[in-house]
Amino acid sequence: MNFSNEQLERYSRHIILKEVGAKGQEKILNSKVLIVGTGGLGAPAAMYLAAAGVGTIGLVDYDKVDLSNLQRQIIHRTKDIGKDKVISGKETINEMNPDVNVITYHEWISSKNIIDIINDKDYDFIIDGTDNFPAKFLINDACVLIKKPFSHAGIIRFEGQTMTYVPGEGPCYRCVFQDPPPKDAVPTCRQAGVLGVMGGIIGTIQATEALKYILGVGELLTGYLLTFDALKMEFRKIKISKRKSCQVCGIHPSIKELIDYMKPQCDLKEDHK
Amino acid sequence: MNIKVNGNDQKIDREYTVKELLDVLNVKMKEYVTVQLNDEILSRDDFDKIIVKDGDTVEFLYYMGGGSR
Repeated sequence: MNFSNEQLERYSRHIILKEVGAKGQEKILNSKVLIVGTGGLGAPAAMYLAAAGVGTIGLVDYDKVDLSNLQRQIIHRTKDIGKDKVISGKETINEMNPDVNVITYHEWISSKNIIDIINDKDYDFIIDGTDNFPAKFLINDACVLIKKPFSHAGIIRFEGQTMTYVPGEGPCYRCVFQDPPPKDAVPTCRQAGVLGVMGGIIGTIQATEALKYILGVGELLTGYLLTFDALKMEFRKIKISKRKSCQVCGIHPSIKELIDYMKPQCDLKEDHK
Repeated sequence: MNIKVNGNDQKIDREYTVKELLDVLNVKMKEYVTVQLNDEILSRDDFDKIIVKDGDTVEFLYYMGGGSR
């Protein structure tokens, strides 16, 4: 690949790294990352991946930008209120880096479309930036079934967690969390609040994992759950194991088709109450 | 006896089942917590069968959603 002079300058701090170099930057420019949810986690992840030069970024979200999003979802601006989040996200990325091709999916994910979305551009890596457990289990199961690596993350109040799944290399999200909790059993950010920076810290770790995976460098959070407590300013990297009885990646998996734990339409209605 | 709970040393007076330990340690959200005992993630059905012994390492792992809206 021949870099333009502008690209050589834009990515010079990457290219100078021995772990990246021109070859690695070429890998980044040829890579495709799908980001599900352009909110607290997805916004910073998308922005850093765009700045890094990830060639194709897919954004999935059905939501519109709301004033209450702007405290943390830094890809959206005050002028974007009312706009579809995927459009607002695409506009910000286009302003940041013209090398990036942004594909938008203005949809709620479900068992009907998630695999088609991932296969649409044959994405290399998926970032789960969703806010609900039906979506998190759906992304996990889809990635396990079609053998795609992904980064899970969650944030609430002053806490966050993240782990990376790589097919055949370690536990999946369901190994650890088995099934979604009952609706309303676990508080959401809307109910419990979240310090705006949490998405920045954890979402940026997700972007770091995506870049390391693309470059093939370092050690991923595969087989580890990283937890972060901002009040104690404490990270813990907890070793986690594959669960033999895991319903989707265990020895005798019972899940062979995707499950819709919640109809997306219901969620939509609730949002507008 | 001594066990390790989420990375911290914890003294307990005797052996307990996992189910009992959740009460003894007053673990938050005990209906939904994931328990990993010495690198093995336990099935919820086994909480009242498996006994936590001296020197064991216990991790309580919590659901965390958040992110988008």
